[in-house]
Amino acid sequence: MSASTTEEAKTGMKLTLKIWRQPDATSSGKLHTYQLADVSPDMSFLEMLDVLNEELNAKGEDPVAFDSDCREGICGMCGLMINGEAHGPEVTTTCQLHMRSFSDGDVITIEPWRSDAFPVMKDLCVDRQAFDRIIQSGGYISVNTGSAPEAHSVQVPKDAADRAFDVATCIGCGACVAACPNGSASLFIGAKITHLGELPQGQAERDSRVVDMLGQHDAEGFGGCTNIGECAAACPKEIPLDVISQLNKDLRTAMLHGR
Amino acid sequence: MTDSNYEFSADIEGHADSPAAFSDDAAGYYTLGEPLADTKAPNDLPISERWSTRKFEARLVNPANRRKLSIIVVGTGLAGASAAATLGEAGYVVKSFCYQDSPRRAHSIAAQGGINAAKNYKEDGDSVHRLFYDTVKGGDYRSRESNVYRLAEVSTNIIDQCVAQGVPFAREYGGLLDNRSFGGVQVSRTFYARGQTGQQLLIGAYQALERQVAAGTVTTYTRHEMLEVIVVDGKARGIIARDMVTGEIETHLADVVVLASGGYGNVFYLSTNAMGCNVTAAWRAHRKGAYMANPCYTQIHPTCIPVSGSHQSKLTLMSESLRNDGRIWVPKDKADCAKDPRDIPEEDRDYYLERIYPSFGNLVPRDIASRAAKYQCDDGRGVGPEVDGVRRGVYLDFADAIKRLGRDAVESKYGNLFDMYARITGEDPYEVPMRIYPAVHYVMGGLWVDYDLQSTIPGLFVTGEANFSDHGANRLGASALMQGLADGYFVLPHTIRDYLADGPFEPISEDHPAVVEAQQNVQDRINHFLTVDGTRSVDSYHRELGNIMWEYCGMERTETGLKKAIELIRTLKDDFYRNVKVLGTADSLNQSLEKAGRVADFFELGELMCIDALNRRESCGGHFRGESQTEDGEALRHDDQFAYVAAWEWGGEDGQPVLHKEDLTYTAIEMKQRSYK
Amino acid sequence: MAVSGLIFIGFLLIHMYGNLKVFAGHDAFNEYAHHLRTFGEPMLPYGGLLWIIRVTLIAALVAHVSSAVMLTIRAGKARTTKYAVKKNLASSLSSRTMRWGGLALFIFVIWHLIHFTIGKVNPTGGATNDPYQLVVDSFGLWWMVLIYLAALVAVGLHLHHGTWSAMQTLGLTGSPRARSRAKAAGLVIAVLIAGGFALVPLSVLFGIVA
Ligand SMILES: Cc1cc2nc3c(=O)[nH]c(=O)nc-3n(C[C@H](O)[C@H](O)[C@H](O)COP(=O)(O)OP(=O)(O)OC[C@H]3O[C@@H](n4cnc5c(N)ncnc54)[C@H](O)[C@@H]3O)c2cc1C
Ligand code: HEM
Ligand code: HEM
Ligand code: SF4
Ligand code: F3S
Ligand code: FES
Repeated sequence: MSASTTEEAKTGMKLTLKIWRQPDATSSGKLHTYQLADVSPDMSFLEMLDVLNEELNAKGEDPVAFDSDCREGICGMCGLMINGEAHGPEVTTTCQLHMRSFSDGDVITIEPWRSDAFPVMKDLCVDRQAFDRIIQSGGYISVNTGSAPEAHSVQVPKDAADRAFDVATCIGCGACVAACPNGSASLFIGAKITHLGELPQGQAERDSRVVDMLGQHDAEGFGGCTNIGECAAACPKEIPLDVISQLNKDLRTAMLHGR
Repeated sequence: MTDSNYEFSADIEGHADSPAAFSDDAAGYYTLGEPLADTKAPNDLPISERWSTRKFEARLVNPANRRKLSIIVVGTGLAGASAAATLGEAGYVVKSFCYQDSPRRAHSIAAQGGINAAKNYKEDGDSVHRLFYDTVKGGDYRSRESNVYRLAEVSTNIIDQCVAQGVPFAREYGGLLDNRSFGGVQVSRTFYARGQTGQQLLIGAYQALERQVAAGTVTTYTRHEMLEVIVVDGKARGIIARDMVTGEIETHLADVVVLASGGYGNVFYLSTNAMGCNVTAAWRAHRKGAYMANPCYTQIHPTCIPVSGSHQSKLTLMSESLRNDGRIWVPKDKADCAKDPRDIPEEDRDYYLERIYPSFGNLVPRDIASRAAKYQCDDGRGVGPEVDGVRRGVYLDFADAIKRLGRDAVESKYGNLFDMYARITGEDPYEVPMRIYPAVHYVMGGLWVDYDLQSTIPGLFVTGEANFSDHGANRLGASALMQGLADGYFVLPHTIRDYLADGPFEPISEDHPAVVEAQQNVQDRINHFLTVDGTRSVDSYHRELGNIMWEYCGMERTETGLKKAIELIRTLKDDFYRNVKVLGTADSLNQSLEKAGRVADFFELGELMCIDALNRRESCGGHFRGESQTEDGEALRHDDQFAYVAAWEWGGEDGQPVLHKEDLTYTAIEMKQRSYK
Repeated sequence: MAVSGLIFIGFLLIHMYGNLKVFAGHDAFNEYAHHLRTFGEPMLPYGGLLWIIRVTLIAALVAHVSSAVMLTIRAGKARTTKYAVKKNLASSLSSRTMRWGGLALFIFVIWHLIHFTIGKVNPTGGATNDPYQLVVDSFGLWWMVLIYLAALVAVGLHLHHGTWSAMQTLGLTGSPRARSRAKAAGLVIAVLIAGGFALVPLSVLFGIVA
């Protein structure tokens, strides 16, 4: 299934890529410059990097390590800082960004997420287990398998269900942290707090959830939120800043309840 | 001869023995082994009593003993996360593995459409029995009735469980759960969360899993790839996994191992699966004695975005629901294929599905729609960019729908999908018809398991897409999610205890010869890849293998094609071992090395898929043999010869795979040949 | 942080109101300054209210500055390797200048206190115990006006983001509408306070108040 290359050559772009290369977590890294010719506008950004890697491999140079899995914008595995924007210039994930968003001759700087809570493991790959630990601290509803009541025993007003869904679409990519000048994960936490807090099932643990998740957030070394809003602008799932307000509100309520 | 039913197929043994009635295309590629039977299902009972009886008969494990029993679960998709969480809740010591950086990223997250359950909330005549019936029929009578019935039975519990976890399913204004009809069935039994059902279900399971991590019952090992099963005294006792960051080869021992490692559709290189989906976990188990069942059963999804060029790394699925309102066509005249579709007048368009299948039209089942598109393109009437000289795409046109319903209505129904299409192709589907082409989407084949979900290696259980169990030759839409969660939440936790009741098992040490051998094996493979120092990248081999599979073992399979494919695969595999180029080191994050191991296993799987397809000289479900079709080109099943599960045993490095047949008998349902005309 | 910020806003509104009394003339203004100190007598001693305000303000300042410092330290630790390229998509000039702007305000307030409260410096050498005179004399000097205007720009910026931020921190902005209202409030408060304060020095400079 290889394309007739004539068609591609016509639209092939030349790009200069400045890519962060770092052999492993303990070494220091720096930006390397690569030239790439013949980039088709139909390629996704990651396919463009695949092509670069094929060239590097052929030359005997270590290919650039970057994360991706689903490549359809839902798993949250991919994530690069592209010319200073998390996931690049469109409101989508890195894997769903296509090269038609760039032009011939562009210089593209590609860096990993920069957050000390997300240490770089190699090149553009970072370790986001801090997010898992935040979920562990309370991002769930405690219900053992088999103990659930009949699904229709609890009604959920459509508004609440819709809002819960809207914010439950967070893919845990970490772009919010990457974009936040304070390195805060408030948008990520706010999305989970709001998702579970909107539903009747989520009420029992509401107070402890917000307190525990924020506690873990701070312990992981994420920064505090000063409501700058870069996070929501970078979020590929358009999680709104409202969730941070909700987070604060829930925290206030929890404190009033003496948590 | 086609309308064979149960009575007819009860006589299979006789046929198999008489060569006159038995076409043995795969002769020379395999050896025939003993027949196989599923001894765990109480098949002599009425179908509705089998699961409750089995649950009751499965022995219990005293809660105090559970802390002494350890379970490894490979995979954190719906099947794995749900199992690990539930087993953790029960009090076992669980270790959970995935190759992504977080359990939440397993490929289940990508499922769009929904999840079936026989809740009958719409009072439209649904029931456990109807879901069972639809699933067996959808699978073209190549699944086990006991398993399918159980699946339908527990489907309702899944919805309860997920709602309690906070999965935000779509709701009606009254606050009750909404359902839709999906995949051509006549009842509305599909629960959904917009186009992101898999994501929401997985996050529910993931949160349940993380809750157990916090409770200390489950330990997660992310960015760990399982590369070998450890089998001691015939029993699965652990795995060898590579820490994908440090490169360390780790030994993890346990009393029982569960594989929930997903499907192997990526053997085709281009598929709707995630980049990392692989067969390695299953294949390594296969080589250690687990049988691989029906590997050739592949589901090809008709509505994917066509390939745009050689750079393509994966294909994107668009929800099947698009076929509800879009009309599929190609130009009647080849000369029109390069034209702007809007300039092609109505009378020069061939709405081929509506023409050939007037009663189902654009809503024919997936395999029929897929094959029909292939034929149009093979015939030179495909549209879109030429790739290798052929245009592989057909139009899916919403112009009529927009005229009929208005743009706003179309936008509110399909807006997300249209946006996704526009982002990927750069074309505006409101203006220009979409282009679609089929792509590999799901595999029904997988490791053989009995009713308890135990493979032929005692102590090795397999759940989710990784097993072959419930879908027969074809899977209904919205049933994979159901199966994954059924296995993980409600089936495995019950059946595994029967095995664990024999425990605690004798501890084994890390220098047990079986462990050392498994470690050595992994080490040798890695060393090999890193030292070949050839000229070709792993990806280039994968792509070529995928081309072979797609060409000869894709939508239509023929004897000559499959035989050719087997030769091509063998040659390519040889070349791969001698000429692959993997840079970097073993003791660091090395993505080429990871891929090399996966592609190596895909070679062996690909060959077995071709042999299985060659053996099965019938058309059923997702498997279409050119030699077995009616005069109208419809799939033709041969229940007299092939009403069996083909379970393949590893035949050794240079040996031939061994075929074990498990006969399929139906007592609660009558076998019928399907027709969509 | 939000609470201390809101206290500041409240204080500034009152303070601004007081300042605007300049337009009512010499006596009204001095009357007001005096009234501030005698308010609540005899229940409160002379200057009691003022001291209550002062104590509150000092406490708020301590809280405000310490949380600002903590947030800054945490943000620094949260990203020790900076981006080579980083774009701002949603942040405003005001949100990005909170820290430096706050520091500038801090320095200004010290100077301001020396000027009007503790030191009572009259740069023209005129009367120092007549608040009205002090104000009028000071703002007759262009450079003095400039210093104050610069400070007011800082105040405006700080409050533009600060007001919205405080409302978000208090969880009062849970919907897109509430959010845009809070942003609007930020703008209004910023313009109102900065503009209101600016009237006095400008009017003096241009001789509207003499
Ligand atoms: C695009 C798309 C849309 C779909 N839509 C639907 C739908 O609407 N309805 C429906 O019912 N079904 C749908 N399906 C099918 C369904 O999503 C899958 O069959 C199902 O989710 C598989 O779940 P699983 O838990 O078995 O495996 P997966 O979710 O694939 O999980 C596999 C897990 O195994 C791990 N793993 C794999 N190999 C290794 C290894 N060697 N070492 C360590 N870990 C390993 C992975 O890390 C992962 O955690 C869709 C599939 C696709 C591709
Ligand atoms: C030493 C001086 C000061 C420093 C270092 C400082 C710094 C900061 C910082 C870093 C913030 C956090 C940003 C945020 O939360 O959005 C902030 C918020 C704020 N500041 Fe200041 N500031 C100072 C003085 C002042 C003064 C004098 C005022 C009043 C005019 C003020 C009013 C506010 C308000 C209203 C907020 C918003 C509170 C919130 O977000 O919860 N600050 N300040
Ligand atoms: C043009 C602008 C301003 C004028 C004319 C002005 C004038 C004055 C005067 C006359 C006083 C002394 C009041 C008294 O002791 O009776 C005073 C005190 C004070 N001003 Fe201002 N001020 C201005 C702007 C500001 C700003 C922008 C701030 C803060 C950011 C500020 C903070 C204070 C404080 C904290 C005091 C001390 C109050 C006290 O005594 O406790 N002022 N101001
Ligand atoms: S909130 Fe948005 S940016 Fe942050 S992790 Fe979730 S999806 Fe990514
Ligand atoms: S950008 Fe950062 S400061 Fe808060 S509003 Fe977003 S987390
Ligand atoms: S690779 Fe899954 S979201 Fe990008």
